Amino acid sequence: MAITTRQFDAVVVGAGGSGLRAALQLAEANLRVAVLSKVFPTRSHTVAAQGGVSASLGNEEEDNWHWHMYDTVKGSDYLGDQDAIEFMCRKANEVVIELEHFGMPFDRLDNGKIYQRPFGGHTSNYGERAVKRACAAADRTGHAMLHTLYQRNVRANTQFFVEWMALDLIRNQAGDVLGVVAMEMETGEVMILQAKATLLATGGAGRIYAASTNAFINTGDGLGMAARAGVALEDMEFWQFHPTGVAGAGVLITEGVRGEGGFLLNKNGERFMERYAPTVKDLASRDVVSRAMATEIKEGRGAGKDADHILLKLDHLGADVIDKRLPGIREIAKKFANVDPVKEPIPVVPTCHYMMGGIPTNMHGQVLAGHDGGAIVRGLYAAGECACVSVHGANRLGTNSLLDLLVFGKASGEQVVRDLASDSIAHQTLPKDAADRTLERLSRLDTAQSGESVAEVGAELRRTMQLHCGVFRFPDSLAEGVRKMNEVAQRAERLYVKDKSKVFNTARVEALELENLVEVAVSTMVSAHARQESRGAHDRSDFPNRDDANWMKHTFWYKEGNRLEYRAVNLKPLTVESFEPKARVY
Amino acid sequence: MAELDRIRWQCRRGLLELDLLLNRFLDRELAGLSTEQMQTFRELLDEADIRLLAWVMEQEKVPGRYDFLIGRLRQV
Repeated sequence: MAITTRQFDAVVVGAGGSGLRAALQLAEANLRVAVLSKVFPTRSHTVAAQGGVSASLGNEEEDNWHWHMYDTVKGSDYLGDQDAIEFMCRKANEVVIELEHFGMPFDRLDNGKIYQRPFGGHTSNYGERAVKRACAAADRTGHAMLHTLYQRNVRANTQFFVEWMALDLIRNQAGDVLGVVAMEMETGEVMILQAKATLLATGGAGRIYAASTNAFINTGDGLGMAARAGVALEDMEFWQFHPTGVAGAGVLITEGVRGEGGFLLNKNGERFMERYAPTVKDLASRDVVSRAMATEIKEGRGAGKDADHILLKLDHLGADVIDKRLPGIREIAKKFANVDPVKEPIPVVPTCHYMMGGIPTNMHGQVLAGHDGGAIVRGLYAAGECACVSVHGANRLGTNSLLDLLVFGKASGEQVVRDLASDSIAHQTLPKDAADRTLERLSRLDTAQSGESVAEVGAELRRTMQLHCGVFRFPDSLAEGVRKMNEVAQRAERLYVKDKSKVFNTARVEALELENLVEVAVSTMVSAHARQESRGAHDRSDFPNRDDANWMKHTFWYKEGNRLEYRAVNLKPLTVESFEPKARVY
Repeated sequence: MAELDRIRWQCRRGLLELDLLLNRFLDRELAGLSTEQMQTFRELLDEADIRLLAWVMEQEKVPGRYDFLIGRLRQV
């Protein structure tokens, strides 16, 4: 079948922080760059990042990259690769100051330097005391970053394909990636965007969970594309959760609510945190609170008709305190939980918000060909949340997500520039069947007269992940989860969409997104079931401790055969001594 | 019809809160909008996510021309 082909030096899939940062590097090197995005670039999910970006600028007090590196390694529960972490922490000052020069409106000190504030897990002198390391633009850091990078890209003549969805990678016999098959939503037209370099920057995939803070667009499209093209997915069992998202909606309720005296109740009205953490109770750390909530629900003491959530009570604080100290909470509770917290408790559940795993890359953004050795997939790169470098390991340090996308967005861009210059490569010949598999997938959707509902299969997928592979994981439940998820995957092969139109067919897009979510969900469930220890965000009831002797290794999941392989963590930094594993206590 | 589909897609945002509110609005309110209100809604969708959210959450003053639509969005 004839299909239009357009050629570029590089195609970037995704226009959030990492995609824009990478594209800028490419466009400024005068490469022909196409950036594809499902939504307008400044509406990417990076906009939701509020906390800031870390860099040991030392503008407020003494700080250095080695302390930042220690905090990141410790935060990762020693699963992060120490060479990549050293690289990121050393580059932090450069990328933040560069962003300032691009026009990023950082908050400032009186002396004009960038203002820095303390943040959980940031310390000086290897854990001694809190340090001010987070740079922010009020509570709009992600928004400001996206706008700054977008404007800069426009100036550099980056070509944007807005409201385009990439569907599949194109690989030839040798395994090289030669571009993507993509769809323009406005027309439904499918096109080949051929490129010497293809960079995936599709962000997170938190929509695999029923309770997720992620926007609807976060469906792991890059991970689905990679998995279908035979690329492994790394460390997919590691997802960060926040204890209090509104049940059924995902919108976050700030930890400040418990800080001001709010507390959690089970269905019997019992303040259960008194049992799990007798001294600090509801102010215990995130993982302790999340684990307690999950245990209450698992043991049948959840509230609501399905006994599936916990109640956050704050009415005893009184309307005055709530309005004054917790601005916005009443509005959020009314709009998304349909309760007025001055009178009733807010239904909450542990809620997924960040994916530590992803497409395996080295620190230059080159995608790894497999778990074994350093071989790469030629022509394929990944950066940002969709990639696993791995700098976050088993648990991400706050404000390191924005740093990750700046450092590795730039580094992968630089690597593409080097690769295209040194090879002076021409476009390779596309395989004859370059788009066949994608067209078959679409054709099946377009011709099916019956089959599975996208909404129902999607809901089942999210429910299964939440129930069987949530913040606290139980052995029997994981085994059952693997079985159920394989069933969901089979159902997803028979999706049926009633609307057969081509123009902005959201139902069809959602079917394609669901196919990507399935890869993310299956890899997460299978990887979590296999890892018999608790480390960072992966928390198992049957293996409560970290097991460095057997599990200091990265998981690699392959779609083919639904199989797992492992790769040792790199404990050797680039220039400094290794941080040896210690118990992670704060 | 195609235009409504375009609007439906453009209600996909960077913030979950807006995804939720705009989708409720689509289901309950969109059909009842006049041609003029529809045009204003299209302009509203071009606004930045954080601004939209601040208006709906009553944290920033709403520009007059959006009063009606933001009012409806607060109610859904």
